[in-house]
Amino acid sequence: MTLYIVEALLWVMVAALALAAAVKGRILFRDGVREGTMDFVRLLPKVMIGVIGSGFIAAVMPPDIIARYLGPDSGFLGVIIAVLGGAFTPGGPVVGFSIGAAALKSGAGAPQVIAYITAWALYAVQRFFLWELPIMPRRLVWLRLLASLPLPFLVAAGAMLLGRP
Amino acid sequence: MTTVEPTPPPLPPIIKRRKRKPFDWSTAGIGLMMLTAAAIVYFRDGKDRFLEILYHDLWLFADVLLKVLAGCLIGAFLARLLPRELVAKWIGAESGIVGLLIATLLGAVLPGGPVTIYPIASALLFVGADVGATIAFITSWTLIAYTRALVWEIPFFGLDFVIWRTIISLPLPIIAGLLARFFGRTIAKNWSDT
Repeated sequence: MTLYIVEALLWVMVAALALAAAVKGRILFRDGVREGTMDFVRLLPKVMIGVIGSGFIAAVMPPDIIARYLGPDSGFLGVIIAVLGGAFTPGGPVVGFSIGAAALKSGAGAPQVIAYITAWALYAVQRFFLWELPIMPRRLVWLRLLASLPLPFLVAAGAMLLGRP
Repeated sequence: MTTVEPTPPPLPPIIKRRKRKPFDWSTAGIGLMMLTAAAIVYFRDGKDRFLEILYHDLWLFADVLLKVLAGCLIGAFLARLLPRELVAKWIGAESGIVGLLIATLLGAVLPGGPVTIYPIASALLFVGADVGATIAFITSWTLIAYTRALVWEIPFFGLDFVIWRTIISLPLPIIAGLLARFFGRTIAKNWSDT
């Protein structure tokens, strides 16, 4: 249900922007549609490889080993392992969350899991190569990586200070 | 509001993109990784498991296609529609901490998953947003966007955990934006955009 709401919101935005463009001029509208579609076509092979491969990558991962090294007593070392694990977890939107949730259930600490999800969301290698580098200017990509380095550690520290809900 | 806007000059090409081939070495590398993983699953877990994962991923691919198209269209239109002066004023180089807050808010409320972030972020940068604000925008979308949590995270972790994680993550986009501005001024001054 929520899935459809998100999808609908996206297309409402597309429609609103397309309308705004059409009001400003037909050429503007046509160029927008053409460029957006061309970008889409250019991205297709990458999306296909990424999404279709993500399930196989997840199936090959050893969740039991991941869970073992992320326990609540693993402390800061566990956070470091979690950050590295998150950064090198490939896959689409599902893989990181499913591994993180599995780890939490098999006894991983909440700060470690949060560090893992955050690192995965920020750096996921596959997304980096398939999406960021092809689409965005390099300067932006590298600056973002650099500026994001302390974030998973900060969030883990915050989680340790606040405690679980 | 009250000032009459002058006729805008003809738009310079907003989006100067590198010539890109649909396939490059990094895509090939990822592809190889995927094939290896698929082969491992096939020979270790058998054909049925292989097909099960393949069907699931094909469904996911079909599901994501429309979202990617929407993201590309939003990016293309935004790049043409956003008035440069307004973007520069709100989230440009001189926008300070308020610019980072606006960018963070923008990233948190715009609908869409990670597949739609990057075209829009590039568009913002091209129409005059500063790099810190753009990075605050991406970080906010990545870490605190409600759509992502609704679609992907809550099913796995439950509401309490997700709210808790989101609250702890609230300051992170601002921190990333400040760091990006700092690094952009110091070590990345001479990095080119290509």
